[in-house]
Amino acid sequence: VSEVAWIDAALTSARPQALGALLRYFRDLDRAEEAFQEACLRALKTWPQNGPPRDAAAWLIMVGRNVAIDQVRRQRKQQPLPAEDVISDLDDAEAELAERLDGQHYRDDILRLLFICCHPDLPATQQIALALRVVSGLTVKQIARAFLVSESAMEQRITRAKSRVGAAQVPFETPGAVERSERLAAVAAMIYLIFNEGYSAGSAEAGARAPLCEEAIRLARLLLRLFPAEPEIMGLTALLLLQHARMAARFGADGSIMLLEDQERGLWDRTLIAEGLALIDKAVRHRRRGPYLAQAAIAALHARAAKAQDTDWAQIDLLYAALEQLQPSPVITLNRAVAVSKVRGPEAALAMIEPLAAQLSGYFYFFGVKGGLLMQLGRAAEARTVFNRAIALANTPAEAAHIRLHLDRLMEPGVPPAIARPHRE
Amino acid sequence: MLYAILCYNDEDAVCAWSKEEDAAVMAKLQVVQDRLAKEGRLGPVARLLPTTAATTLRKDRDPPLVIDGPFAETKEQFLGFYVVDCAGLEEALQIARDLGAVNPGGSYEIRPVGYFKPGSVGA
Repeated sequence: VSEVAWIDAALTSARPQALGALLRYFRDLDRAEEAFQEACLRALKTWPQNGPPRDAAAWLIMVGRNVAIDQVRRQRKQQPLPAEDVISDLDDAEAELAERLDGQHYRDDILRLLFICCHPDLPATQQIALALRVVSGLTVKQIARAFLVSESAMEQRITRAKSRVGAAQVPFETPGAVERSERLAAVAAMIYLIFNEGYSAGSAEAGARAPLCEEAIRLARLLLRLFPAEPEIMGLTALLLLQHARMAARFGADGSIMLLEDQERGLWDRTLIAEGLALIDKAVRHRRRGPYLAQAAIAALHARAAKAQDTDWAQIDLLYAALEQLQPSPVITLNRAVAVSKVRGPEAALAMIEPLAAQLSGYFYFFGVKGGLLMQLGRAAEARTVFNRAIALANTPAEAAHIRLHLDRLMEPGVPPAIARPHRE
Repeated sequence: MLYAILCYNDEDAVCAWSKEEDAAVMAKLQVVQDRLAKEGRLGPVARLLPTTAATTLRKDRDPPLVIDGPFAETKEQFLGFYVVDCAGLEEALQIARDLGAVNPGGSYEIRPVGYFKPGSVGA
């Protein structure tokens, strides 16, 4: 790894901490970003000569602060503060000069920085764009590429999001326990949004959008380091790792969707799976149920099955039942129906999803699953009608092609039908 | 004399490597390892999963206390390690408790291993 690449990596990993602290000082996102930017420029100048500082984040916070204060002083024609190349050489001086940055402080700084991005006034896409720009430090160009929009459109989106956040009052005092856990939940949801933005892409866009998944995992790990004993954050991180592990197997060579049951499991990333399973092991010790952990546990049962037919569908059914209680939603019931069809047969599954028809009348996967169940029951004519509805609602050409494959199979009796998994498979 | 070489690095930075970058580093390390293995001088090699996957058993009290996260007491030093084969965290914790019962004080950090090679020394 070259020196510039090393410094670049150090600046990126110090970014949330340094920017979060600068935000606390300046209480203004733009000023904090400017100060951080200036500190990075100085780091690029002095680190190659003086060597990297012991604590990159503390160095950046101090230099960023000095730069801003220095500017004010210069305007008042007062004496400037000591230059940063002096600072980085002095171990103790650094510790003395820097504010006592204990873990607690850092934790709330980073959480606040993330929380500002998920302000409820911001639509989801703006939350994600803002977080990627401000917290992750991706360039506008990189974000625009991931969202498949022009750079100028993304620039506008981020500017608009920032001005909205600026107008909203975010308290800068150290949050209380209740407020902290509310912030944590909002931030977790935002990280999951970032992941899904990358994960829901079709095969053609998957390459460009995969960085969103990786960034979401990075943020989840960051959050987990700040809150090491929160089972839902372990669950969220595990869920992202287990889903991302299947990345290479999700599309065929021709870009077609590979169902979970048809995926080549040898392509799954075993290291990511091991990490995800280890996190679930840790989380269950807390004996606290939660939606992320339940979803991660479902993903884990898929990951543990060496072959599709080894899948423990009965356990998956139970976990979806728990999830239905924790987070009632017709989509979860639809997911559960797939497990039910494996355990108790297609008839039971069909009965389960019939009541969802009104709520999910515009939902592609509802018709995909229903068509599959009808097909299994040998009700071919009904299946065809339902599949045609699915094709009309398909979000991507690959989804439509996938359903057409079912329609083709309906023409050749005797071929065992597969059911489309409702989401993310 | 056997020596242990302990690997330290900035986890944030290493976790941010792309799959290709990671594979490139591992391939280069493999060349060095292969040479040592051929000479019969390579013991077990392990790459640990991130510290976020760590659990700690504090055995300076009875019963020992299980806490999430990696070991973080600066007054204690890294003295040695075991590699054990377990179905999951609970089994690993039980082994750590058994070890702790006969060797109280300090703590054990339990970290899942992502990559493991048994090596050829002393076989």
